[in-house]
Parts: sequence; C-alpha cells; structure tokens
Amino acid sequence: MKFSSQAVAKPYFIAAIGLFTLQIVFGLTLGLQYVLGDFLFPEIPFNVARMVHTNLLIIWVLFGFMGASYYLVPEESDVELYSPKLALWLFWIFLSASVLTVIGYLAVPYATLAEITGNDILPTMGREFLEQPTLTKIGIVVVVLGFLFNLGMTILKGRKTVITMVLMIGLVGLAVMFLFSFYNPENLVLDKIFWWWVVHLWVEGVWELILGAIMAFVLIKITGIDREVIEKWLYMIIAMALITGILGTGHHYFWIGTPDYWQVLGSIFSALEPIPFFMMTLFAFSMINKRRRDHPNKVAALWAMGTGVMAFLGAGVWGFMHTLAPVNYYTHGTQITAAHGHMAFYGAYAMIVMTMISYAMPNMRGRVANSAKAQSWEVWGFWLMTISMVLITLFLTAAGVLQVWLQRYTDMPQSFMVVQDQLAIFYWLRFAAGVGFLAGVGTYIASFFIKGEAVGLANAAR
Amino acid sequence: MQPDKAITTHASRQLPGDLAMWLFIGAELTAFALLFMVYASSRALHPEVFAQGQSQLNSQIGLLNTMALLSSSYFVVNAVASVKAARRHWAIGHLLVAISFGLAYVVLKSIEYYQSFSAGYGLTTNVFYQYYFLLTGFHYLHVILGLILLTWVTLKVAANDYTVGNTSGLESVASYWHMVDVLWLVLFPLVYLLH
Repeated sequence: MKFSSQAVAKPYFIAAIGLFTLQIVFGLTLGLQYVLGDFLFPEIPFNVARMVHTNLLIIWVLFGFMGASYYLVPEESDVELYSPKLALWLFWIFLSASVLTVIGYLAVPYATLAEITGNDILPTMGREFLEQPTLTKIGIVVVVLGFLFNLGMTILKGRKTVITMVLMIGLVGLAVMFLFSFYNPENLVLDKIFWWWVVHLWVEGVWELILGAIMAFVLIKITGIDREVIEKWLYMIIAMALITGILGTGHHYFWIGTPDYWQVLGSIFSALEPIPFFMMTLFAFSMINKRRRDHPNKVAALWAMGTGVMAFLGAGVWGFMHTLAPVNYYTHGTQITAAHGHMAFYGAYAMIVMTMISYAMPNMRGRVANSAKAQSWEVWGFWLMTISMVLITLFLTAAGVLQVWLQRYTDMPQSFMVVQDQLAIFYWLRFAAGVGFLAGVGTYIASFFIKGEAVGLANAAR
Repeated sequence: MQPDKAITTHASRQLPGDLAMWLFIGAELTAFALLFMVYASSRALHPEVFAQGQSQLNSQIGLLNTMALLSSSYFVVNAVASVKAARRHWAIGHLLVAISFGLAYVVLKSIEYYQSFSAGYGLTTNVFYQYYFLLTGFHYLHVILGLILLTWVTLKVAANDYTVGNTSGLESVASYWHMVDVLWLVLFPLVYLLH
C-alpha cells in the first residue's frame, strides 16, 4: 500500500463480503421457496426474499466498487485521498441506510414501508431492483455524490491516468443513470423505457467501464506489464462496451410497447455485446501470460482470469443465447433469464470485486501476499463458488428450456404454475448447488483468518 | 516519384494506422453486415412493400452522394501521401477538399431526408422505411463522426503533429473514412438500385 489513506477501502470490502454472504443466505431461502412454497411464510414471503436478494447484490457490489475506487485512485493519482474522514463517514451512512432498508423490507409490509418513508410525496418505489424507499434512494445519491467529490478532488490534485479517467467516467455514469430511478411516469411504456436506463445502462454500460478500470489496475500491479499496453486494451474494451451496450438496451424494448424497429436494433447490437467481454478474457490471459514478474499473490491472478472467463460465459454466451428477438419471443422472463442473470452478475461484478479484494486486502494488512496456506483456502473458495455457480446456471438453463417448451412452445401450452411443478427436480439440484456456493463463501471468508508465513515486503523482493 | 514508391512498399508490408482502429472497423462492419442481412431477409419477406418504397427514393441524389464520398476518399488518400512526402500544405488542401465533399454528402442526404419527411414517410411508415431510415441513418451518423475525425486530423496536420514515419493517427482516421465510403458502396445499390 502506497498511501495510508487507501486503508479506508478496508471497511468497504468487509461490508461488501458481509452483505454478499447475506445475499447468498437469502438466495438459498428463495431456492427452497421455489420447491417448498410456504417455507418461512408468512414471515418472509417469496417476493420479499427476492427483493432482499437482488437489492443486497446491488448494494454489496456498490460497496465493492467504492472500496476498490478508494484503494485504486490514490495509488494511481500518486497522492493521499482528499478526505479519508469523508470516506469513513459515507461508509457508515451507506451501511446504516442499507441495513435499515433491509430491516424495513423484512419488518413491515412493503406498502407500509412506502407509507412511512414518504413515497406519496415522491413515488419511486415498487419497481423491480429499484424497490428502495425514496429516502434510501436520496441517501444513495448523497453518498455517491460525496464519494465522487472525494475521488474527483484526489484526481485533480494528483496524476491523471487513463485508468482513473475510465473509472471516473464509469462512476459518474453510474450516478447519472441512477437519477432515472426518480423518474416514474404514469405511462407504463415510458416507465419501463427509463427503468432500463438504470438497470441495463448500469450493468451493460457504465459498470463495464468500472470493471475494465479495476481489471486494468490489478493487471498492471500483478504482471508488471507496461501501462501503455494495458491502457490500449482498456480503451478498446470500453469503446466496444459502449458501442454495443448503449444500443443493446434495445433488447429490453422488444415487447414493452415500443416501435418494432427496436427488435432489429436490440438484436443486432446486443448480439455484439459478447465482444467486449471476450476481449476482457483475452486481456486478462494475455497480460498474465506475458507477465514480467511473478507476483507472490497468485490467487489475485486467478480471480482476474476467472472474471474474464465467467463474465464472457455468463454475460456474453448466456446473454446471446436469448437476446435475438425471435428467440426472446419464447424465452422472455423464463428461467433462462435467471440462469443468465446469475452467472453474469457473479462472473462480471462479484468476481471483479473479489479480484480487487484479493489483491488489495493483503496490502492493507501489511503484506504483499497472504501465506501459501491462506491462498490455497482462497483458491478453494474460488473453485467452490465458481463451480457451484456454473451448476446453478446449468440447472436453471435446463429448467428454462423445459419451461419454454411446456409453457410456450408446444401445441398444448400449460399454465405457469403447472409447469413450475414439473421443473422441481431442477430447482432441487439448483438448491444443492446453492449450498455448495455457500460453502464456497464460507471457505473464502475463512481464508482471511488462516495464518501462516505471509509474504512480506522483505521476502517479496527476493 | 522516388519517395512515393518507397511509401508503397512500406505500406504494403504494414497495417495502415493503429490496430485498435482496425478492431473498431471490424466491429462496425460486423454491425452493418448484420443490418444488411436483416434488410435483405426482410426484403425477401415483403417484396411488394420494398419495391414500392424503393421506387420513391431519389436515386439521382444517391448517385451524387456516391460520387461525393468516392471523391472525398480519393482526396484523403492524397492527403496521407502528401504528409508522408512531407508536403504539409498539400495535405491540408487535400483534407479540406475531402471534408467539403463529405459535407456535400451530409447536405444532400439531409435534403433527401427532408423530402421524405415532408412526403409523410418516417421510421414507422412500413417495414421498408423502417430499414431505410435505420440503415441510412446509421451511415449518416458515421459520416458525421468521420467528418469530425477528419477535421481533427486536419488541425493536427496544420499543427505539424504528423511527421514522415509518424502518421499512424492520420492513417487510422483515413482508414475509418474509407470504411464509411465502402459501406455506402454496399448501401447505395442495396437500397436504391436493386429492384
């Protein structure tokens, strides 16, 4: 760690891992509710568990992005963070707002939560992934503004690099797109159009910039490859991400009441969306193959390569599978979507945060890399989580294919719930894979507590 | 003619411009190829609608535009050669002519759009117009981007930022401009001429 202020990233990373674990616990709850419909009913109904599961994902990834930025920006800019105190204040505000929101979801009916948080004054609630009370949304805006101010001031007084510029464009984009969550038009078509400006332009637009910047930073650190080479890759990846991703929004405009031409635009541009993810894989592998030093933190390199591969498979391949309008006509909103969502989020965004944590955490704990034993635990965590996620995706895909067939494609289509009953075997298998994933999370967390001779500054130099 | 010959042999061995630009061009061509295919298959499905729509297009303006883009590309080729031969003023002159031809395209295409819109045709008129406006509109935006890039390299040539042996940026932009030209050479017969 070059600057002491980078240490503010630590609480962010710890919170991210904590909330991630909670997300998985709710995921398992949901997995059981798919097959045992009244499990935990009426305390935690399916819709609430689902809301907590997806909202926690967004929140913990945001914690991860913030932690990653607080770690990365001072080092890149070659100055101390503008205000570590502000970063810590914002951390506690964000964490308490997140926890209060989740408690709100669980403790009172959603309608009551809307009432007590003043949703009547500025109605923004009730939309998938953006279920947060308006007050929480305002809180998020305040926290993100403070965060951007802090980073912006740091970059202004320090060195400006391509990585920090790309990261900032991504983060500013994240903030700007989120503002559309406050726009809640009466017209349902307009509502959906702009809802996707948050949801799609986040994950298939600006978040890819953040991913690229973090990946580039970690690769520079662990491979020692020239910055110029890494920057050129980064430029190409983000250009592709934006070219394909922005118009790719059209793949959400197929059936919501928008004009026909979106079926063409959406299909074509989203069919190209795997390109930036494929380039990301090539980027990670070729940089690590051409590395100019053997960094003792092996597991960080594993996470970086894993991010490339899993993001390409989950976002690229599984996304392409159902993105063409004629295919999507049948698969829309089935378990195929769930399969894609799971692997894409894990591969792209969960794994990039863990890549950064894997690289930065040992540094913040005063070592270059963890002990071989701790690293091997982390590697086990990596494989347990990753293989489990592959299995979850495959089982959900199988469920999805069967669902499409029984519910939509045959001459005698069956109703939703009748079909769901016939998918039970896949849901049980998915649940088992979910338990495997939780075991992976446990192993991963345990790796932070494994002792052994860490690689310090002195023996790293040797 | 000696320097020119040296340039030819040099260029034949090396990719003009930056590899990143070629990747970008590859992606652009892929997107357009997909659009062309969708256009073609849609035309096969609705031959009457397409025949009717195509007969309304102004192929004279289309032809003029083809000539404008081809001439513009020619002057860009000359400009690159001039920079490589260290004839900066010539290069600026050629680039300005190239930009003028590009602008002529934009003006003519705008007039054509204006005529279509005034006649009541739009993106949602029917399946032919949907593709006509999508395809040509996309291309139109690429011409505008190309013109911005050409203006930028003209300023850089004027500031003497490119020297013999250091013309990668200029070549990248030139390659992009040729791509815009080539796309139109497919688009024009496909949309205007093939009946």
